[in-house]
Amino acid sequence: MPRGKLQTIPLVGGERLPQQESASLPLLTIRDVSVAFGGIRALDGISFDLHRGQVLGLIGPNGAGKTTLFNCLSRLYTPTSGDILFEGKSILGRAASRMAEIGIGRTFQNLASFSRLSVRDNIRVGAHCRSRTDMLSDGLRLPWMRRAERRIDGIVDELIAYLELRSVADLPMAGLPFGTLKRAEMARALAIHPKLLLLDEPAGGLNHDEIGELGRLIRRIRDERAVTVLLVEHHMNLVMSVSDRVVVLNFGRKISEGDPAGVQANPEVIRAYLGSGRA
Amino acid sequence: MDARDENPAISEPPADRAGIRFGALGWTGLAVVVVLAALPLFLANFTIFQLTMMLIYAIAILGLNLLTGINGQFSLGHGAFYAIGAYTAAILMENFGLAYGWTLPAAGLICFVSGFLFGLPALRLEGIYLALATFGLAVAMPQFLKLSVLEPWTGGVQGIVITKPDAPFGLPLSQDQWLYYFTLVVALLLYWFAANLVASRSGRALMAIRDNPLAARAMGVNNALYKSLAFGISAAFTGIAGALGAIVVQFVAPDSFTFALSVALFVGLVVGGVGWLPGALVGGAFIVFIPNVAELFNKALAGAVYGVILILLIYLMPTGAGGLVRKVADFVGRRMKPRPDR
Ligand SMILES: Nc1ncnc2c1ncn2[C@@H]1O[C@H](COP(=O)(O)OP(=O)(O)OP(=O)(O)O)[C@@H](O)[C@H]1O
Ligand SMILES: [Mg+2]
Repeated sequence: MPRGKLQTIPLVGGERLPQQESASLPLLTIRDVSVAFGGIRALDGISFDLHRGQVLGLIGPNGAGKTTLFNCLSRLYTPTSGDILFEGKSILGRAASRMAEIGIGRTFQNLASFSRLSVRDNIRVGAHCRSRTDMLSDGLRLPWMRRAERRIDGIVDELIAYLELRSVADLPMAGLPFGTLKRAEMARALAIHPKLLLLDEPAGGLNHDEIGELGRLIRRIRDERAVTVLLVEHHMNLVMSVSDRVVVLNFGRKISEGDPAGVQANPEVIRAYLGSGRA
Repeated sequence: MDARDENPAISEPPADRAGIRFGALGWTGLAVVVVLAALPLFLANFTIFQLTMMLIYAIAILGLNLLTGINGQFSLGHGAFYAIGAYTAAILMENFGLAYGWTLPAAGLICFVSGFLFGLPALRLEGIYLALATFGLAVAMPQFLKLSVLEPWTGGVQGIVITKPDAPFGLPLSQDQWLYYFTLVVALLLYWFAANLVASRSGRALMAIRDNPLAARAMGVNNALYKSLAFGISAAFTGIAGALGAIVVQFVAPDSFTFALSVALFVGLVVGGVGWLPGALVGGAFIVFIPNVAELFNKALAGAVYGVILILLIYLMPTGAGGLVRKVADFVGRRMKPRPDR
């Protein structure tokens, strides 16, 4: 169901801002982005906008270029051409490690845990960009370092409760069940306090119940935490039920964009998914 | 294969799950410190000297552990930083008349800078390639110290002889006892610093890089900066150990700092437990005492005996003393408290 155009989104701080999706500046603009690996064109002139407070589903068959686009957004890859604007400013001049501080967080297609750290410490690393310390004050336990640490602990405790990780918070990541790890990585990405959250196949490897849970969680993240979500997912029910808009890629090209119902009815999309995408 | 199998490091145990274990470790730590403080009152000067060297190597291994165990970077060249620290102390004391205590921060600073600068180009290197580059550093160091242009300071092949400091304030301690306590205090301070670091934002960033560099970057960790800083801090610890070593041995010469020293530190790290900070003490003890034990056993075959001891140890405790302690603690913990989680 498409959501109304004018709505209020509760922010974490408690204030409510009116949000006019069509009139406001898009949070993210992908402008004619291409990426080539040697001969392979992984992305070929992709453009779309993502507005604040929306969930945008990015779908496409295997190898369509979804992860490649994510890697451009987190600056692991640099597009061969085109530009990516976040809040109106190009991100292409930024280092990968400086994406978190402007509010872009992500999870990974396959798990990317800090496996020897506890769940709590994993989430704490997510909050890395939310305080500034240096090794000297950390080693000497200077007062401002302890203050920063307490603040981080507050953030982390809230997320542990939010994602129901309390019973495993102090266990090392290695050895925890898959679904728990995915939740922990979600908490870690939320600890960045992202404006934009990139979720790369969050449902992969989850069972039916867990996927239902995930769908509700994504919507709660959007509504309660004012996080805009770019969701890559193969699980169609999930994508269609949580997305406000859907973009479809095939062989590096955008073949369709629109609301979930429209996209599902598009014959080109159906062809791509039936495997006869390229004649 | 799981990455954890190749580098069986142990991060600090979580505080509240392991209430019992942590408490037990805390008490054990206190007991170790008390024993270390009491030992020199009952021992001959030469044994005290050996124990001092054990503490010094422990400091050096602690530094190496921050690099390898916590940040996941290998070094087979930490003997080079030990040498830089030792020469810094010797030159400052003998050529510039600096009091020995002040040579430690100086050595730490110089080695921090050297380590950081070495770490910058080494950023491109992973695993065995980094090990090879650091190996080069260790091999080059003695030759470098013999360079004739540097001879006015380094004393060339002859090296530098250092005067042994007396106990200050008329304390009723022999020179060896005094240096032992001096080293013990420095070691405890540095251990405190290292433990704080590991439990802090910076330490978590270092471990995040070790466990998953890509994810660390996505969380906003500046990998290049932290890896270089890890090299710097690690070198600083080892350099301070080198400075203490120079003061205690009262002599530095190029051939005291051959590649063998770097290997010894690496062996000490592995035996103590990669990633387990207290293991440094076990590693230090191994470096100082196991060659002696091997010699006692059979003078002619000391090298072979040493090798066999090393092989046995690694077979019996493949994750070093740290892994063994953890297993025992886990076992005791399970015995004492049924785990709430299924
Ligand atoms: N680092 C790389 N080097 C070379 N080719 C790459 C690289 N990364 C991706 N590709 C190629 O780019 C294309 C797009 O891959 P990508 O991983 O983005 O697909 P995807 O849409 O995420 O697929 P999936 O649904 O299977 O995850 C593929 O042909 C892939 O082989
Ligand atoms: Mg993918």
